[in-house]
Amino acid sequence: MNKGEGLRLYRTLTLIRRAEEAIRLHYGEDDMKTPVHLSIGQEAIPVGVCHVLPEGSPMFGTYRNHALYLALTEDTDRFFAELHGKEAGMGRGKAGSMHLCEPSRGLLATSAVVGTTIPLAVGAALAQAYRHLRQPVAVFFGDGAAEEGVFWESLNFACQRSLNLLFVCEDNGLAIHAPAADRRGFSSITQAVGGFRCCTATADGSDLSAIIEATRALYRDMEADKQPGLLHVSYFRFLEHVGIGEDFFTGYRQAPSDQERRERDPLIRFSSHLLSLGYHPAELRAIDVEVDDQICRSIGRARSADYPTAEALYEDLWV
Amino acid sequence: MTETMTYREALAFAAAKEMDADPTVFVFGLDVPDHKRIFGSTKGLVEKFGPSRCFGTPLSEDAMTGVAIGAALSGLRPVHVHIRADFLLLGMNQIANVMSSLRYMSGGALRVPLVIRAVIGRGWGQGAQHSKSMHGLFGHFPGIKVGLPTSPQDAYSMLRAAIRDDNPVILLEHRWLYDIEGSVDEQYLPPLPGPVVVRQGTDVTVACTSWMTIEAMKAADVLARHGVRLEVIDIRTVAPLDETPVVSSVAKTGRCIIADYDWLYAGFSAELAARLAHHCFGVLKKPIERIGFAPVPCPTTRPLENLFYPSAVQIIRAVERLLDLDSIDLSQESFYSYEERFKGPF
Ligand SMILES: Cc1ncc(C[n+]2csc(CCOP(=O)(O)OP(=O)(O)O)c2C)c(N)n1
Ligand SMILES: [Mg+2]
Repeated sequence: MNKGEGLRLYRTLTLIRRAEEAIRLHYGEDDMKTPVHLSIGQEAIPVGVCHVLPEGSPMFGTYRNHALYLALTEDTDRFFAELHGKEAGMGRGKAGSMHLCEPSRGLLATSAVVGTTIPLAVGAALAQAYRHLRQPVAVFFGDGAAEEGVFWESLNFACQRSLNLLFVCEDNGLAIHAPAADRRGFSSITQAVGGFRCCTATADGSDLSAIIEATRALYRDMEADKQPGLLHVSYFRFLEHVGIGEDFFTGYRQAPSDQERRERDPLIRFSSHLLSLGYHPAELRAIDVEVDDQICRSIGRARSADYPTAEALYEDLWV
Repeated sequence: MTETMTYREALAFAAAKEMDADPTVFVFGLDVPDHKRIFGSTKGLVEKFGPSRCFGTPLSEDAMTGVAIGAALSGLRPVHVHIRADFLLLGMNQIANVMSSLRYMSGGALRVPLVIRAVIGRGWGQGAQHSKSMHGLFGHFPGIKVGLPTSPQDAYSMLRAAIRDDNPVILLEHRWLYDIEGSVDEQYLPPLPGPVVVRQGTDVTVACTSWMTIEAMKAADVLARHGVRLEVIDIRTVAPLDETPVVSSVAKTGRCIIADYDWLYAGFSAELAARLAHHCFGVLKKPIERIGFAPVPCPTTRPLENLFYPSAVQIIRAVERLLDLDSIDLSQESFYSYEERFKGPF
């Protein structure tokens, strides 16, 4: 990682975090009428994976897509406009938080129905093979999605066809409030996938450098073996499943200690890493300020933007 | 005994009553026993009946629907709960190919006493994948009963009737109805009930499903002040459909609006309109009007949502057409007032 790269990664991580914090700050004003599944704790996973895969690689995600969207686009204007339901949003107010996409940056689809985009990614990888291209495809999904039949059906087909597809399981150990132990008949997803012709790797989802390294190694294996890959990354979901609050008080899980908070916070982890490499605190602070300014302006624009007109209801249905 | 309670409480109360009465009844599904308890509708069940009779599942709707069918075939009475009706689509093979048909294909040897409860989402940007009802679609498959309770009494009586029914029943519960309060007579236990006249009138019949009943009642209030009396009918059970109460009403009014909580195309409103066209051919003074979703996927932003969903306003405008009235000034009326009460995020 050269210096410029380090700062760019720091900027993307910070942009995502500050955008989420801005949502938390303003959500109560009721101008963003959309169910938000915030990414705090998860940010490093899409940032790391997207950093490794070639630019423009087709990507798919879930309703917990803010980090992925911003990692690929860094475009907070269309992001906040969409959350505000405005015409200037990426989906003209027809997507909301749960269906963000940006095909021009490779993000083809995300979905509010768990597991839904996994086979779409397989199809995108099939299209690559069909055209004798080798651009990789990545799909991000939660640990709960790996319980759906469609995950296993997709995995099987991708392996049988040796597709160039990276499955990224973002494991926060929770499906809404249900812990893994209440849902899984297996102890490790990488082991469960181990019987398939699929390369696997794991990484600490709170550690951006580790994710980048693991993704690089896995991608090399995939290229060498001509097999799909599964990257399993565990992370800590700091907030409630949907919404802006912490929910430790409800009792279904323990609040983290201060030390755990620091260890599971990808932004703290990465900035300490950069500082230990000799980056100057002022360089990082300058990025913070610049990012805050970008977000502040985006929110201002989103607020004053127009809602779609009535005609928009019937537009975009057919080609 | 009659008690005042909310729709959500009535659902939990009904499930507890049936679980008490019949040890083969169990309630399961994603998030059923967590602290939110499907918006409170499964509250108290795990405490009272334990985790063997009230439990969560993996995210596996297809398999879990099959599991429910298998358990029902084996003499249990499962209640499978989904926080959104849209997720039933993942279990559609089991629902449409198996649950609906096993009894028929076995020449009457098998029975599938299974209840599927699912919530219809709306508002706060639920969007295209969290807002469907699909009662017409489920009703399309012979062998499935489909109900949409509107009042707390209906929530209570229809859930109890569904659990006691030896056939598969899908109950679709509109999210906004959960807060509605009403009196519930716990002794009122009819089999799955058909259409009911919820407001008597003489001028126009409005046949409604689910939330549209609330909208029609609002329209009826407004129109009453302008001398127009609507007869509002809540269909409640769309399959199998007993249209006779609607036919009798239209025989009296000669005018009919079908206000369905769904798209119009090939939907329940089309089915009911076809039946009314047949049975009321001689008495209809005007063509039947149908009101439903705009023919697009549900958008997320509020201004487009408001245009997407049918409302009291559209009912009033349809009544004006049917009665050749001048357009009523609605600028002083407040609509969507209920929506302001529903805050996100889910
Ligand atoms: C098919 C389907 N079933 C149920 C739901 C309701 N639901 C939304 S998110 C979620 C949990 C998913 O957990 P996971 O895949 O681990 O993703 P996470 O939210 O933890 O990122 C559930 C059950 C849904 N959206 N889609
Ligand atoms: Mg999870």
